Amino acid sequence: MNTQASTIPGETAVPAKSNMQQRLPLLVLGIALLTVPLWLPLLGGYTDLASRVLIFALAAMGLNLLLGFTGGLSFGHAAYFGLGSYGTGLMLANYTHSTLLAIVVGTLIGGAAATLLGPIAVRRRGIYFSMITIAIGQMFYFIAVRWNSFTGGEDGLTGFSRQPIHFPGYTLELHSTQFYYLVLVCFGGGALLLWTILNSPLGHLFVAIRENQKRLTFLGIRVDVYIAISFAISGFIVALAGSLDALLDNFTSPDNLRYTLSGNLLIICVLGGMRNFWGPLIGAFIFVLVQDYISSITQNWMTVIGLIFVLSVIFFPLGVMGFFRKRSRT
Amino acid sequence: MSLLTLQNVSRRFGAVTALNNISLSVEPGELRAVIGPNGAGKTTLFNLISGFFPPSDGNIVFDGEPITAVNPAVLVKKGIIRTFQITEIFLDLTVYENIRVAVEVAMGISLRPWVNAAMRARVNARVEELMEIVKISHKADKIAGEMSHGDQRVVEVGIALSRHPKLLLLDEPTAGMGDEETNHMTGLIRSLNKEQKITMLFIEHDMNIVFGVADRITVLDNGTMLAEGNAREIADNPRVQAAYLGQAA
Repeated sequence: MNTQASTIPGETAVPAKSNMQQRLPLLVLGIALLTVPLWLPLLGGYTDLASRVLIFALAAMGLNLLLGFTGGLSFGHAAYFGLGSYGTGLMLANYTHSTLLAIVVGTLIGGAAATLLGPIAVRRRGIYFSMITIAIGQMFYFIAVRWNSFTGGEDGLTGFSRQPIHFPGYTLELHSTQFYYLVLVCFGGGALLLWTILNSPLGHLFVAIRENQKRLTFLGIRVDVYIAISFAISGFIVALAGSLDALLDNFTSPDNLRYTLSGNLLIICVLGGMRNFWGPLIGAFIFVLVQDYISSITQNWMTVIGLIFVLSVIFFPLGVMGFFRKRSRT
Repeated sequence: MSLLTLQNVSRRFGAVTALNNISLSVEPGELRAVIGPNGAGKTTLFNLISGFFPPSDGNIVFDGEPITAVNPAVLVKKGIIRTFQITEIFLDLTVYENIRVAVEVAMGISLRPWVNAAMRARVNARVEELMEIVKISHKADKIAGEMSHGDQRVVEVGIALSRHPKLLLLDEPTAGMGDEETNHMTGLIRSLNKEQKITMLFIEHDMNIVFGVADRITVLDNGTMLAEGNAREIADNPRVQAAYLGQAA
């Protein structure tokens, strides 16, 4: 029996596995991510591309806490991504030279917004919940577009760049490779946080909400409160990703607040497998690579993404990870 | 003192009177069956007791406290736990995971974003204990949604037990079950009452189970209370016979 091991309930994983079998893929993944700057150029990639994969993976994993594990379909998480990126960009443009402080402030702004606005959305369920999340998200989009003097309006926010981080006796210049490792640290931290939560009583409750809210109500649980908590945590993580995205390009624009980005994050989750912890990482890998390669050939790269998305929903409804890791029926 | 008392309770839905002037009391340790033809108001009675909706008239007292129009979450904490006519469990989770989340809720630790080994062990011990009590340990790793209806019912009882119920309400616990599953559930109901000393109210259509298991029986018909008594009294009651046989005839 495998009941004592740390597995996320309801995940599309094979339960009865030894520790070694469970850890090997994680070890391989870890080594692969740590050595990206060594092997990626050999495959014709560049380091910023890897950073982008990880940033979108982090955002999608954050969203997936709410989407895949709590069962809340948010169509407005771009708001928290965008607030993170604008927060960080504006900090560096106007107030500070500390990259780390800018990341922290951006993350806090986006996360705080999710914490305050989540409770409004969770008053409704299903499609109405989704509609409210879109409405809230678009609100920030229009603010960014209209408030020219502060946000740069439709042209986006420029005039900032990531600044070297000074440690005693050492300075991190944050060129591409070093920035990749900063992103990797944030990604690892976010993933560890999510993993810990999903293996805790709080995470077990999130999954139970996805499965049956009526049952929980009659166990004395105020379901709304817990969905709002999931919403807030996911908002903080998405905001962290957004803040890193601003630093990756030294630029942010209203597109980072727009519902199309919310939709892209959902596509990433579904493509990779939203019932699976690492699904969004796989989804982000596919999405960002297709975007990068196809967009150099044609502007209509979204068509290809759309085609892949439709095919994957038809043939692998549980996403790529769900296809490879069918649940055992013991 | 009675554990549960209903005083002149009525419930109307618009022009329809689902329950009319019901008074009954359940003693601690009692195993009480509620029977009656379809539409008699049995599930409405459960909905009132568990706080799903308030009565239109009358009072409900539980454990010495008035609970009329108290919401379900509060009643759960006071010890009134119910199951549903349609099984309500976590279908994509294993049996173990189903009961674990209920145990964590009952322990009041559901807000914790991490757990230490000691707490994990405590939760685990309680889950194992509950799975033993409802005799489902051998299926701990099965996905609930892939199990038989009878097993799912048993899981639901396990979930309900996690909250240490003082009063357990079972809505048609054996409906749609085969003989073997029915026997298992009947044995479970009896052992929960006799060994775990849980006061129970259950709605049941199978008269063999009702007469074989219940201490006392309440008969509802058309929203009114037709009779109350032990198996002998109910079986001999001419009004009950008329209600059931009259329907058949």
